[in-house]
Amino acid sequence: MKAAPFTFHRAESLDHALDLLARHGGDCKPIAGGQSLVPMMAMRLARPSVLVDINRLDALKARHDAPDHVTLGAITRQRDMEADVALRRSVPLIAEALRWVGHVQTRNRGTIGGSLVHADPSAELPLAAAVLDATLVLRSQNGGERRVPASEFFVAPMFTAANEAECLTAVEWPVWAGAGVSCAFEEVAIRHGDFAMASAACQIQLDPDGTCRRATIGLGGVAGTPLAFPDLAQRLIGRRITATLAQEAAEEAAARSEPGTDMHADAGYRRHLAVVLLRRALLRAASAATPALAA
Amino acid sequence: MTAPISVEITVNGTVRRAFVEPRTTLVDFLRDHLALTGTHVGCEHGICGACSVLLDGAPVRACCLFAAQVDGMSVTTVEGLAPARGELSKLQDAFLESHALQCGYCTPGMLIACTDLLARNPQPSEEEIRDAIGGNLCRCTGYQQIVDAVKLASGQEEAAHG
Ligand code: FES
Ligand code: FES
Repeated sequence: MKAAPFTFHRAESLDHALDLLARHGGDCKPIAGGQSLVPMMAMRLARPSVLVDINRLDALKARHDAPDHVTLGAITRQRDMEADVALRRSVPLIAEALRWVGHVQTRNRGTIGGSLVHADPSAELPLAAAVLDATLVLRSQNGGERRVPASEFFVAPMFTAANEAECLTAVEWPVWAGAGVSCAFEEVAIRHGDFAMASAACQIQLDPDGTCRRATIGLGGVAGTPLAFPDLAQRLIGRRITATLAQEAAEEAAARSEPGTDMHADAGYRRHLAVVLLRRALLRAASAATPALAA
Repeated sequence: MTAPISVEITVNGTVRRAFVEPRTTLVDFLRDHLALTGTHVGCEHGICGACSVLLDGAPVRACCLFAAQVDGMSVTTVEGLAPARGELSKLQDAFLESHALQCGYCTPGMLIACTDLLARNPQPSEEEIRDAIGGNLCRCTGYQQIVDAVKLASGQEEAAHG
């Protein structure tokens, strides 16, 4: 199908875009990669009457490396993040998640910000943001800048804490300093690159003897938002990540999920996948962090 | 209200200027305004890959972009892959040799995806080839011959499946 008619503006500056958003409210949508928005418009699930193209705003491409976090401009392309060797080192979970995101054609256009504001509960980058508790920087003409942690950003399927006048400008990703950090992202989808039936992600830091010093875990596709489980992750601290411990954590996490049923999979199967995938993610991350112990 | 937008887009090396309705997708612009019907359109919402073109050298889905967004950029369509009229690119020739097309619906998108792959990676493994065409559906399901064609074009295999 074709999109409903709309008025098109090329934003000359961030203020120009924010002004249009302030004036038109919910009828106005920023567009960058358009890999979620254009299909939604084609299916008439979205019918904004004003589109503001933010692709040329250098302010939204800025990259900043600090010791404890990396700031990525909202319209950083997925393909550029994938190829970014420094980012792979500082925030490895992004590259792990991107292995499952779309296809070359969509990653060439798709942006980090677009994926997060679209907030599909099965999407990979929102899960990565939830697991690392990234910070989303929002800006509006009247409200100025507002910083929202991922734990508060994702509210419901396709629904976030951003209001209609706000534009996501950047995302801050925590960097875990020190040795022994590793992460894993696991997923099952109908076709590689499609949205997940269920997905799991973790990042851990192990001491040289294999004891877990820091951990975060989460599940995607099994609730209205991506889920992170800080309290369950806390229980891994001070212990070795054995198959038994990974299974326990995965079972408890999956028990808290609320998967839906659709033509691809029922709730029970999704919950089963959640257990398998989270256990697998934890064990893969653990063996990557301590190759010597695993050998 | 939905005032036409002026665009200047370089298509297969030729600068094209036009006024487009904002909701005109790039694939509709190519097919309906420029009569370049080599680029196919299947699902119109980013699933099938039939509409793939190179945008500033990188493969994208032309149904998921509005022509107005492409102003100032350059597009290569399947018509732009051949070195000259009446000739075929090495990859196109390998598709022919390997029987990599049946109905031909997916072919323009497959050629764009594989042209990009070979430009980045002249000797791709079978897995890398399959990954590169992961976003392109062939409703005739002739994937194996497409993989063979890419191997042939990259000098890795004789034309096999006859
Ligand atoms: S027509 Fe563009 S992806 Fe199907
Ligand atoms: S050859 Fe028919 S769709 Fe691929």
